[in-house]
Amino acid sequence: MSVLASAATTPRRSWWRRSRNTRTAYLFLLPALLVMAVITFYPLVFQVWMSFTDYGLKNLNARAPAPPYVGFNNYLRILQNNIVIPNFDFMRVLVFNLWWALSNVVIHVVLGVLIAIILNTPGLWLKRFYRAIYIVPVVIPPIIVATVWRNMFDPTNGAVNFLIDIIFRLPPGGFNLDWLNQPNPIIAAGPFVLPLAYFALLAANVWLGWPLNSVVATGALQSIPNELYEAAEMDGAGAWAKFRAVTLPFLRPAMLPYAIYGFVITFNLFYLSYFMSGGGPFGQTELLVTTAYRLVNEQQLYGVAAAFAVFQFFILLAITLVTNRLAKATAQFDA
Amino acid sequence: MTAQVGAVPQAITKPVAVATTQRQRRLPLRRQFILQLVCLFIALTVLFPIMWIVSMAIDPRNISRPDGLTLIPPGASFAAFAQVIQQPTQNPVSFVQLAANSLFIAVIISTASVGVGVLAAYAFSRMAFRGRETLMIGVLAVLMLPAVATLAPLYVMLSKVQIGTFNLRDSLFGVALAVTSGQLPFAIWNMKGYIDTIPRDLEEAAAVDGAGKLQTFWHVILPLSTPVLAVTAFFGFIAGWTEFYFSWQFLDQPQSFTLAMALNGMVGQYGTTPWSQFAAFSILVALPVSVVYMFLQRYIVGGLAIGGVKG
Repeated sequence: MSVLASAATTPRRSWWRRSRNTRTAYLFLLPALLVMAVITFYPLVFQVWMSFTDYGLKNLNARAPAPPYVGFNNYLRILQNNIVIPNFDFMRVLVFNLWWALSNVVIHVVLGVLIAIILNTPGLWLKRFYRAIYIVPVVIPPIIVATVWRNMFDPTNGAVNFLIDIIFRLPPGGFNLDWLNQPNPIIAAGPFVLPLAYFALLAANVWLGWPLNSVVATGALQSIPNELYEAAEMDGAGAWAKFRAVTLPFLRPAMLPYAIYGFVITFNLFYLSYFMSGGGPFGQTELLVTTAYRLVNEQQLYGVAAAFAVFQFFILLAITLVTNRLAKATAQFDA
Repeated sequence: MTAQVGAVPQAITKPVAVATTQRQRRLPLRRQFILQLVCLFIALTVLFPIMWIVSMAIDPRNISRPDGLTLIPPGASFAAFAQVIQQPTQNPVSFVQLAANSLFIAVIISTASVGVGVLAAYAFSRMAFRGRETLMIGVLAVLMLPAVATLAPLYVMLSKVQIGTFNLRDSLFGVALAVTSGQLPFAIWNMKGYIDTIPRDLEEAAAVDGAGKLQTFWHVILPLSTPVLAVTAFFGFIAGWTEFYFSWQFLDQPQSFTLAMALNGMVGQYGTTPWSQFAAFSILVALPVSVVYMFLQRYIVGGLAIGGVKG
C-alpha cells in the first residue's frame, strides 16, 4: 500500500502521463517483481556464473575468496560422467528420466479415462462413494506417499510381499523379493536400462497419478451433451463408434494440456526416486532432479551443480517447446 | 419419500442440469454386478496402502517391523502416536516443535505467494502494458524449472548473509524464502488463469461509476477470486508443511528441523525407528493437509477444468 501512496505523490512527467496504463500495471507488479528479482532471477543468473567456476565448500564462508574460473570444465565433467557420483551416466539418466515421465503419463491418462468412463456409466450404483475413495491418493502429500511405498516394497516386512504370500498361499515370509535392489536390470539396451525398481516406482506413481486424470476426464465427459450420443445411436453406432466419434473429441482438448502438465511434473518428480529406491540399484532409477540434489547435498560440488542446472534448463526448454507444438498441432480438435 | 427412492435413484446422484436432459436408463443387473466388482477392486487398490499404514500405526507391540498383513492388530492402541508426539526421532525435538517450524515456513510461503502474487496476477490478466509478454515469459520459464534448480545458488547466496551469529541460510526464514522463490511464479500463474475467467462486465460497471484500478481490484476482483486465493494459499501451505529439499540442505540445528526432515530420519537406511512410530508420524503429518484438501477439492478440480478448457 505504501508503495502506491508514495507513487501517487511523485511529480508527473509527460511520459508518465502518456503511459498511464503501463505505470499502473507496474505498480501492481512491483512487489512480485522485487521479490522475484532478488530470490528467483538473480539466483538464476548467479547460477550461470557459478557454473563457470570451481565453487565448493571452501567458498561458502561470508569472507571466503571468490572461486577460480574454470571455463566449461564443469559442463565437460558432466558430459564425460566425471562428477564423483558413483555409476553416474548422463545419457542413461536422461533417457531413463524421459522414459519415466512418458510411461507414467501414458498409463495415468489411459487408466484415468477408463475409470472415469466406468464411473460415468448411467445407472451405476455408489458412484459418489467410489469417487470419494478414488480421490484419496491425490490429497496425500507426495513425500508421505513415497516413504510409505518404500516400506511397502521392503523385502522381508513389506506389504507387497505379504500380499503375494497370501494370494499364492505361501507361509508368511515365504516371498521376499527385494523389489528396489535387484542388481540385474529387466531391460538393458545401451543407455536404456530398466531395473525391477523402476516397476516398483511405476506402481507407486500409477497409484498416485491416475486419480487426478480421472477427475479431469470426468469433467470433460460430463460436458458432453447427451443428444450427441442419442444422435449417434440413431445412426446405428455401437459402443466403440460412439466412443471414437463423440467421447474422444471431447476428451482430447481437456486431457492433452493436462497430460503435458503431468509429463513435466513427473519428469521432475523428486520424492519417489529419492525416497523409494534412493536412485538405486547402481543409480539406474536416478532422475535429473535427484542427481542435481545429490551434487549439492552429498558432493558439495556447487559449481558442477550449477552447470547441471543449466543443462536441466535447456532440457526442460526443449520439452516445453516440443509439447507446445504438440498442443498446437492438435488444437484443431478444440472446435 | 423413502418409498420413492428406489424409483428415482439417478436424479439423486446426477447434477440437475444433466438429469433433465438425460433420459432414464437402467443398467442391466449383470453389467451392474461386473462394474461394481471392478469399482470395488479399484477401491481396494487405492485403500490398500492406507489400510496398511493405519494398521501399522495402531500396532501395540512396538516391534521394529510388522510381520504380516492384519487390518486391526490385536490390542490396538495409540501408543505409537503418543511416542512420536513426545519425541519422534533421536533428536531432542518434540512433534510440536517440528510442526511449529513447518507451520512457520508454510504460513510465510502461503501469505507471501498469495499476497504478492495476486497483484501481479491481476496486472497480467487485465492490463495491457509495455513488457507484458517478456515478463510473462520470464514467469513461465521459472515455472518450468524444478525447485531443485535453484538449490545451489540460493544455498551459496543465503550462506553469505551472516548477521552476528544469525545465518540466513541456517534459518527457517531462509528456507521459506527459498521455497517462495519457486512458489511465487506458480501462484501468479494459477491466479492469473482464474482471474482470466471472471467476466469483465462488473469491472466495466465499476469503471463507469468512477472506480480506479485499485478500487476495482479491491472491491470486484478480490471478492470474486476467493476460491483461487484459498486454493493457491493452500498449495503454498502444503509446499511449506511438507518441504524437504531446502530444509534438509539448509538447516543444521535440530531445534529448527522440520516435519519432512524428521520423516526422512525415520525411513533412511540408518532408520531404527519402529515402523509403528513411522506410520503414526506419517498420519500426523498427512492428516491436516489431507482433510483440508478434501474440503477444497471441488475448487481445485474446478481450476483444473478451466485450465483444461483453456488449453
